[in-house]
Amino acid sequence: MSTKLRILVPVKRVIDASLKPRINKAQTGVETKGVKFSINPFDDIAVEEAAKIKAAHKGAVEKLHAVSIGGTKSQDVLRIALAKGFDTSTLVDVGEQEVEPLQVSKILQKVVEKDNFNLVILGKQAIDDDSNQTGQMLAGLLNWPQATNASEVIIEGDSVTVTKEIDGGAETVKAKLPLIITTDLRLNEPKFVTLPKMMKAKKKPIETLKPEDLGVSVEQRLKVLKLEEPPVRKAGIKVKDVDELVARIKELI
Amino acid sequence: MLLTRGVGLATRTLRRLGSTLAFVEGQGGNITVASLAGLTAASQIGNTISVLVAGSNANSIASQLPKDVVSKVFIAEDPFFDHNAAELITPLVSQVFRDHNFTHFVTPASTVGKNILPRLAAVLDRQPISEITAVKDASTFVRPIYAGNALQTVQTTEPQVLVSVRGTSFEPVKLEGSAAPPVESVTLKEVPGSIAEFVNEQLLTSDKPDLGSATRVVSGGRGLKSKENFDSLLNPLADKLGAAIGASRAAVDLGFVDNSLQVGQTGKVVAPELYIAVGLSGAIQHLAGMKDSKTIVAINKDEDAPIFSVADIGLVGDIFEVVPELTEKL
Repeated sequence: MSTKLRILVPVKRVIDASLKPRINKAQTGVETKGVKFSINPFDDIAVEEAAKIKAAHKGAVEKLHAVSIGGTKSQDVLRIALAKGFDTSTLVDVGEQEVEPLQVSKILQKVVEKDNFNLVILGKQAIDDDSNQTGQMLAGLLNWPQATNASEVIIEGDSVTVTKEIDGGAETVKAKLPLIITTDLRLNEPKFVTLPKMMKAKKKPIETLKPEDLGVSVEQRLKVLKLEEPPVRKAGIKVKDVDELVARIKELI
Repeated sequence: MLLTRGVGLATRTLRRLGSTLAFVEGQGGNITVASLAGLTAASQIGNTISVLVAGSNANSIASQLPKDVVSKVFIAEDPFFDHNAAELITPLVSQVFRDHNFTHFVTPASTVGKNILPRLAAVLDRQPISEITAVKDASTFVRPIYAGNALQTVQTTEPQVLVSVRGTSFEPVKLEGSAAPPVESVTLKEVPGSIAEFVNEQLLTSDKPDLGSATRVVSGGRGLKSKENFDSLLNPLADKLGAAIGASRAAVDLGFVDNSLQVGQTGKVVAPELYIAVGLSGAIQHLAGMKDSKTIVAINKDEDAPIFSVADIGLVGDIFEVVPELTEKL
């Protein structure tokens, strides 16, 4: 008999992808007041994939659990997972503190070990810090195999086949559980959550923990000295026709 | 005051004693351009540089490295490492890194480097720094966040500094006119039990230059409307210019081109001499991948398209008329 799937999906609340962030006057961070926040798009894909796996492998999935590390408002992104069919969730409440990927991974490691998860699906990167680190770090800490930038996931019993986006195209790998997967944009198209489902999700449990409860400190190893706008490109010109465009390009090449 | 100076001196002494291990990636028997840019970043850190090369072609890759930049090469010539599985490369790097007390690790921010760096860092209990675009000193770096909408200057307090390098932000080191550095073979002492095993790969074959390192790029978006249009309009223009083909996410999602040609925050980052954007609006996520191009040309029928805000030369017009005419007249 093959192992039952116990899937963990970590989700992060980030400034909405369609917004251009504003840097604060002190040049220490970005303005967050009155700004729309959403689930990190790659995490939404991870949530969708876990829900799809549950639907496609009825009986083989024992548990879908979402976890978020952030302030109280990160409950919002957990509710999206719960509305999409997740059974349970955990908020690791760190208040307003920024938590670096290493510490996030250590927290996730504890969550995995506590509930004996055997498949963790994460977004490949958060669109705020653009680190692209947490999944790989978690795999390193747990000493599990990793399949990053997944565009296709096929589960057959204990065996998982993943197609990964790589620089020159795609690569397919096969691993036995337990496994870490990080999602690429191509993996699926997350559906919108309907209001009734969202209402129902409000009744599902969100366990709240502090990082201390898991024995992890959220000390920072990196110091942000400054945050600034990238250099602004100087205004360009509009040409009136192809001949003028050709002339301009010929000057360049 | 005295105390401050003391600390400063200590830091400087430490820095002088630093040493960097750089991971270098080969492709088709050659060193990747991104790896060569990584070596430039490594030089700017200021330590002596050793390189680690793994895979079937390790010896031939090593022989191309210049002695004036690289003082030593660790070689793991074994087909075992050919697909750069993080589960195999990480223990190899970590073994060499620890055995020789390196203070710095540098890798290109390629898909391979991004796969390896964090796993290695976690094993060493260090917080790495992804995709640096500038080196301020041996512990201070600049990196873009929020899709390149902010530049973060970040200083690490870690005694071991691990970074990945954005290839387009550093000139590649030159390979001509220098003898190869001395080599030392290494083997993996402890083979890990559980890995995601390679099944197969589906690589894009193209007669065009490599997107990541091309000096000219012709890129298309949703406005091309179909794969047939994409190919028939952009291929001749790219061929005329000797340019690589790129695309927006919309064009990739619509199946006009392969995923690996996506330019943007989560695709390829390019910075060619000339970037021609055809029928793409210029979403934040796309601009993140190309706004460091030297000259940007935009052709779009929508004069309010955000792409025009970064374009040096813009033409408002119907791409189906403009592009064939442009190709002919170039």
